[in-house]
Amino acid sequence: MEVNPRQNKGSELKMSEENGVIYRISGPVVTAVGISPRMYEVVRVGDEGLMGEVIELHGEQSVIQVYEETSGVRPGEPVIRTGQTLSVQLGPGLLTKIYDGIQRPLPELEKTMGVFIKRGVDADGLDLEKIWDFNATAKAGDSVSSGDVLGTVQETKTIEHRVMVPPGTSGVIKSINSGKFNVTQNVCTLEDGTEIQMMQKWPVRTPRPFTKKHAPEVPLQTGQRILDFLFPLAKGGTAGIPGPFGSGKTVTQQQLAKWSDADIVVYIGCGERGNEMTEVLDEFPHLMDPKTGEALMNRTTMIANTSNMPVAAREASVYTGITIAEYFRDMGYDVALMADSTSRWAEAMREISSRLEEMPGEEGYPAYLSSRLAEFYERAGRVETLAGGDGSVSVIGAVSPPGGDISEPVSQGTLRIVKVFWGLDAGLARQRHFPAINWLNSYSLYPPSLDQWYRDNIKSDFPEIRTEISALLQVEAELQEIVQLVGSDALPVDQQLTLEVARMIREFFLQQNAFHDVDTYSDLKLQYNMAKAILSFQEESKKAIAGGAALEDVVNVPARTDLMRGRFESGYEDKIDQMLEAMNKQIADTMEAN
Amino acid sequence: MTGKEYRTITDVKGPLVFLNKTEPVAFGEIVELRLTDGTMKNGQVLDTSDDQVIVQVFEGTASIDKQTGIKFLGDVFKLPVSTDMIGRILDGAGRPRDGGPAIVADEMADIIGAAINPYSRQSPSSFIQTGISAIDACTSLVRGQKLPIFSASGLPHNDIALQIARQAKLVGSDDDFVVVFCAMGITAEEYNFFVHDLERTGALENACLFVNLADDPAVERLITPRLALTAAEYLAFEHDYHVLVIYTDMTNYCESLRQIGAAREEVPGRRGYPGYMYTDLAMLYERAGLVKGKKGSITQFPILTMPGDDITHPIPDLSGYITEGQIVISRELHQKGIYPPINVLPSLSRLMNAGIGDGKTREDHKSVSDQLYAAYAQGRELRGLVAIVGEDALNERDLQLLKFADIFENQFLRQSRDEDRSIGEGTLDYAWELLSNIDTKYLVRLDQKWIDKYHPTDKKE
Ligand SMILES: Nc1ncnc2c1ncn2[C@@H]1O[C@H](COP(=O)(O)OP(=O)(O)OP(=O)(O)O)[C@@H](O)[C@H]1O
Ligand SMILES: [Mg+2]
Repeated sequence: MEVNPRQNKGSELKMSEENGVIYRISGPVVTAVGISPRMYEVVRVGDEGLMGEVIELHGEQSVIQVYEETSGVRPGEPVIRTGQTLSVQLGPGLLTKIYDGIQRPLPELEKTMGVFIKRGVDADGLDLEKIWDFNATAKAGDSVSSGDVLGTVQETKTIEHRVMVPPGTSGVIKSINSGKFNVTQNVCTLEDGTEIQMMQKWPVRTPRPFTKKHAPEVPLQTGQRILDFLFPLAKGGTAGIPGPFGSGKTVTQQQLAKWSDADIVVYIGCGERGNEMTEVLDEFPHLMDPKTGEALMNRTTMIANTSNMPVAAREASVYTGITIAEYFRDMGYDVALMADSTSRWAEAMREISSRLEEMPGEEGYPAYLSSRLAEFYERAGRVETLAGGDGSVSVIGAVSPPGGDISEPVSQGTLRIVKVFWGLDAGLARQRHFPAINWLNSYSLYPPSLDQWYRDNIKSDFPEIRTEISALLQVEAELQEIVQLVGSDALPVDQQLTLEVARMIREFFLQQNAFHDVDTYSDLKLQYNMAKAILSFQEESKKAIAGGAALEDVVNVPARTDLMRGRFESGYEDKIDQMLEAMNKQIADTMEAN
Repeated sequence: MTGKEYRTITDVKGPLVFLNKTEPVAFGEIVELRLTDGTMKNGQVLDTSDDQVIVQVFEGTASIDKQTGIKFLGDVFKLPVSTDMIGRILDGAGRPRDGGPAIVADEMADIIGAAINPYSRQSPSSFIQTGISAIDACTSLVRGQKLPIFSASGLPHNDIALQIARQAKLVGSDDDFVVVFCAMGITAEEYNFFVHDLERTGALENACLFVNLADDPAVERLITPRLALTAAEYLAFEHDYHVLVIYTDMTNYCESLRQIGAAREEVPGRRGYPGYMYTDLAMLYERAGLVKGKKGSITQFPILTMPGDDITHPIPDLSGYITEGQIVISRELHQKGIYPPINVLPSLSRLMNAGIGDGKTREDHKSVSDQLYAAYAQGRELRGLVAIVGEDALNERDLQLLKFADIFENQFLRQSRDEDRSIGEGTLDYAWELLSNIDTKYLVRLDQKWIDKYHPTDKKE
């Protein structure tokens, strides 16, 4: 791939002749005079041509946020307009890639500048030279409009890329050819002379169009028991994961990226650690997608703008990510997008805002924080695409509240919008109860719209079993308050049993070790069977105790330990029924012992 | 434009000097100030425009007046680096403090430090044995990690840092660490403690010190860690050294950051600290790691003292959000006379999973560590309950866990300052021995296969 220092992204851009000069530099914010650009236009700043975006116009001055380090830049250096708003390149070649916040492929940056990211270097988001096998599915004479599929490209082993008519274009096809093309060559010409290439561009701050939004009614299956079973996310839904440091936001997000049954995953590392991105890069090519049996990398695009990379590019990174997600949605795919962490994005907004000397809102965040959050999550959804298909973008945002206290603006702004709240709890993390999701205050608003799906596809009483499990956890919480005062021995035996059952729910079902080869993923059927096993334990124990067995003996039957430990062994789904039977038999036997 | 001296100061506020009518001055450019009495000071440009330039003065603005001459040196801050830095003691601005000659630059390195391309990083995965059981078993450190010590005033964090610096080694390798030590606003007494220990053990020859003490300029602290990390990067990535960077005290660094923010009248973030403190700290902490194709590594041990022992204070909080775990020192354990008083419950090493297990430490390590945590956590919780209802109300399982919490603290945690425990026998076997005080049926975090193999009494032979 060609990397052109100091050149515009996309070679055919017409540069405006209008030039200005720098008046002031304050960190990532540069003020220019002598140009009158449009809002959000991309400009080139200084002798090195650093990339920036116009974020405010007042009087003579244009205020620019610069996506690269500005030290060493002086007033008087040039500022050049590009006429373009901040856009991404969309087309075959997005998958398996890792980009920075403004869609520069990190491997290309490494090639030109080595392991440290220097500045003033640009790189195309797509490989403009690479030849793809384009297979036309539309034909001459077809009348096509925005979003219609013209043909396909096998982008990776598992994903077929559907080349679409760009939004705003329509007509009758004059010619279209299958064959080998790069992304800038014409694959299709319309009667009116419009030429269509495989690559389209889209401004990141504008949502891509669709026909209409549908209510979500299919769950996004994640293989994570507490998520799928108690607090499910729908395909096209939104979820927030707030939690203090070290409570498991990133591990949860990575689990979703690995195991959720989306077709496409967009993973945004927004202002977080470099090593976490490396980890994903190391693992994903070797992890198998349970759905396709191929490497997970085939369906994944990553955006990595780590905490030490420029904040303005961090601000842009979530828009870059969601635009790519929408693009795949438009092909009719189910896309899952993870943003870790949206708090760092909000902080980037705060930093830029304070340099602009804007009137601060709560805790110094700009007054428009909550509307930006809402606009972002609003880009999620299950839609009827322009082509009439069905596609979705699910958005899962991590939130990093200062001191773990979610009364702060980013958490609150997020919770007002998202439909699922997975609340991570420092206390649980400290006890190594993972995932450290608090089952008492977390919630999902999706079950009513998903329950029919569970009944049809898993088991007819799935929703009822879920209700029973949640109820037991609620009762446990109440009993625990009493235990705190008097100790558990003071409780009547039926309540002691309830505590044991609840403990089993927590330790056997809710706890799930992300780092264990087997435990890391449970499908919905197995989750259902595990939940049933717990309820069966309760049932049988009650009978045994009523028949004179001692609680102590009932809970300590060895077959129960086997059943619980069994989840760490492969093939558990085939063995669980047998193990359950063995447990129930041993429990029944405790009656005779007495 | 270098060489020209301006006398156009309009305002002086806190550590900042405002001047106007200059030639174009670069953002981040370094500045020399000549006071009327001939004293020289240094600074850096924080904001620059055609009309006004704001300079942050490292040595503070005392005695600066409108006659003070200001010279812009035409470049951003650079540190002369060379392997001759090893064995040297430099001040907080990188000048010799040991009476030795100036460092002859092999290279002039920009101290801001460019971000490592995330694609070019290599995942840290080599276990470092510190010889301290609490750390090795429960919050294992790996080469290239950034693992801060969250402490508080009056606690032995320095002893722990030094013990780690002395004992740290890769099992089965004799690669040594070079220590880069960075002092920010610590007292002379603390500093002497470090230097004496490094001298006593001969480690000083293998160390490079950057020292800004409590009575040195506060604003200088903002560059001291950048100098230390620049030296570390040079040694690690140009000369293949494995570098251990210890910096103390991050709390003083953050106070200086707050001071600048206040002088600029910025809108403060939480508790008066600048809104960009997260990013600023990340620019330091993220300079740890390994990169593809280079042999060296940077492992960071920042030490910070939590104001008011409060882990939710912005300094530990934002640090915890960036680093790869934390080692938390507990006043309660310290008061019980336990050294090292590490509270493993809020402590964490996020890179642990990559560094332990079969072929690295031992196959049972993860299981053992999970079980130690769980048992100790439950035991400690029961202490609270016992205080209310007495031991009589506890069942057998709870009684065993309660007792285990004491055993864990008094035997597993407690070790002497020069006790270097090996990971296998010294730490993991010892853990099994102590865990055998609990009935196996309650040890639900242990895989059966490890019980069969390692449990001192229940193993199958
Ligand atoms: N499901 C899980 N299974 C096992 N361990 C887990 C799980 N979730 C979290 N952990 C443990 O918790 C540690 C911290 O988790 P993680 O890095 O996801 O925290 P975080 O909330 O993203 O923190 P930060 O805000 O600092 O990035 C992990 O390194 C791991 O040890
Ligand atoms: Mg995280």
